[in-house]
Amino acid sequence: MSILIDKNTKVITQGITGATGLFHAQGARDYGTQMVGGVTPGKGGTVIDGFPVFDTVKEAAEKTGATASVIYVPPPFAADSIMEAVDAGLDLVCCITEGIPVLDMVKVKHFMRGKKTRLIGPNCPGIITPGGCKIGIMPGYIHKPGRVGVVSRSGTLTYEAVWQLTCLGMGQSTCVGIGGDPVNGTNHLDVLRLFQADPNTDAVVMIGEIGGTSEEVAARFVKDYMTKPVAAYIAGITAPPGKRMGHAGAIISGGKGTATEKVAILRECGISVADSPAEMAQALLKVYKP
Amino acid sequence: MNIHEYQAKAILRKFGVPVPDGHVAYNSAGAREWAKRLGDGPWVIKAQIHAGGRGKGGGVKLAHTPDEVRNISREMLGMILHTHQTGPEGKLVTRVLVEKGCNIANELYVSLLVDRATSKVTVMASTEGGMDIEEVASSTPEKIFVETVDPLVGLTAFQCRNIASKLGLTGKLVGKASAVLLGLYRTFMDCDCSMLEINPLVVTDEGNLLAIDAKFGFDDNAMFRHPKIADMRDYDEEDPKEIEASQFELSYISLAGNIGCLVNGAGLAMATMDIIKHYSGDPANFLDVGGGATIERVTEAFKIILSDKKVKGILVNIFGGIMKCDIIATGVVAAARQVSLDVPLVVRLEGTNVEQGKQILAESGLDIVAADGMADAAQKIVQAVAAC
Repeated sequence: MSILIDKNTKVITQGITGATGLFHAQGARDYGTQMVGGVTPGKGGTVIDGFPVFDTVKEAAEKTGATASVIYVPPPFAADSIMEAVDAGLDLVCCITEGIPVLDMVKVKHFMRGKKTRLIGPNCPGIITPGGCKIGIMPGYIHKPGRVGVVSRSGTLTYEAVWQLTCLGMGQSTCVGIGGDPVNGTNHLDVLRLFQADPNTDAVVMIGEIGGTSEEVAARFVKDYMTKPVAAYIAGITAPPGKRMGHAGAIISGGKGTATEKVAILRECGISVADSPAEMAQALLKVYKP
Repeated sequence: MNIHEYQAKAILRKFGVPVPDGHVAYNSAGAREWAKRLGDGPWVIKAQIHAGGRGKGGGVKLAHTPDEVRNISREMLGMILHTHQTGPEGKLVTRVLVEKGCNIANELYVSLLVDRATSKVTVMASTEGGMDIEEVASSTPEKIFVETVDPLVGLTAFQCRNIASKLGLTGKLVGKASAVLLGLYRTFMDCDCSMLEINPLVVTDEGNLLAIDAKFGFDDNAMFRHPKIADMRDYDEEDPKEIEASQFELSYISLAGNIGCLVNGAGLAMATMDIIKHYSGDPANFLDVGGGATIERVTEAFKIILSDKKVKGILVNIFGGIMKCDIIATGVVAAARQVSLDVPLVVRLEGTNVEQGKQILAESGLDIVAADGMADAAQKIVQAVAAC
């Protein structure tokens, strides 16, 4: 019914005693996610709103049986938190934190080589399998269980896409926010591979934006290997070159990474690209009959 | 964040990268004095602005006597310099760099950046120094050489020799080039750069290497650990509206159009600009109010949008998640009252507590056009602006 997470996934929150961490841990628990505890160094042994708190990720994982974590740790310490979760052998780490220095992420990526953990983010809304498990800050109720996979670099633009799908009666298998940073754990291609292999995903909506080549690489995979229909939207047709559009990774540099270029390559690869962000779900209906 | 060339060269000097002797001057008398102190001429006078292509615009000149240094500096200081990177409005020159000239035998290109595809630092070099590197990359990509740096061991000596060899350097220049490359790599890592470009790196007649121009881009997210670099920020080089926005944690970028946008989330903000264009309108700005938008921040956002005199209408597009629509609606109403809004305002709300939000807007007594969905919102604001 999903990729990466389902109703059996046990999740801990790194940074649970912070206002943001606790708020979203409560929200995820209300949604039905098995939020089994949290980590804040120095506050181990305490309990906050029913969540047991541990000093280290290793201890939290051992005591709670958690296989996933979500990170709300401030940017200067977030890279270390990711590595701690990787070292503890978790299957999935989802880093919500925005503003991690890119050279910290270069180190994290190197540290993760050969390890089994999958990192989602940083600077992302999280990941949700509607009706089963919500890890992150997205509003749960806009989603609906179903068979369309969603992958995106953006937060609210993903909500927009999900809402369009839900309104047209198309539920989602899993929605993955890969984040808006230039160096991240999981890219569009990784998620498309998972959706292609997932028997419970029938079609995919891919949302991209200016900067980098993640969308182009994914598009070539769609052309060569994917049997499931894919629709897409690329934000930033009107973005000026050389300006960072909010996300650290959303920048056209050296004339590369323009939306126009991406849209052309996606179309060449047989992806149904929406002309307007209001037509993301309709673009999927052009190639997919639910 | 960017810095001036003279600041960039001071940093490079600290990391052992050879740069010409020089000093910044804020007036022509100072420029003349510095020329004399630097020793024999000729000297190069370079306008200090955050934009490339200065030479073509008259921002780089050669002087043979200290008096000539003074005269050229006098002309340059206070001038509005236009280059292909400044935009049509140009940039005011308030300081010049006076440098000792050198005898150039050969011009090379070196840059470092974080490659997104490999998630590693990459060194790029080319024999085509002094040229627009984007043009070189597209017309003669075989003249660009790349070495990817292993994060554990850093840039290695053999990689430096590889680059030197491909640049056609021989003899003692190989060792000198390696020292320059290692110095640049240390600079890049120690200063949390996002980009470091030396164009050109010159070989002098005397067989030395010199970084003649230097361009730094810093990772804004890492400036918390580099207060001295953060202090080099020159606010005069930036759009005052963008500076003000950043003080309220608003992400704002000024554009050429006449429809102001206020959106939550960077992706949705870009998409909102795009859909305005899709319906033949022209966005005046990118503005992301962020996830924790308060009444104060929404008010500030309105003020910043309206301080742009080109703005003939505003589109608010909010997808409420954690941020509830009723809170945003209250903020929009309060802000519209406070700034006594006199241009059309279209508001599209969706998400958490959307009905309460719409009700607050409807009962406000303000002339707010409510929209259903992004397409409806974009069409309504485009029509409203066209009608005024």
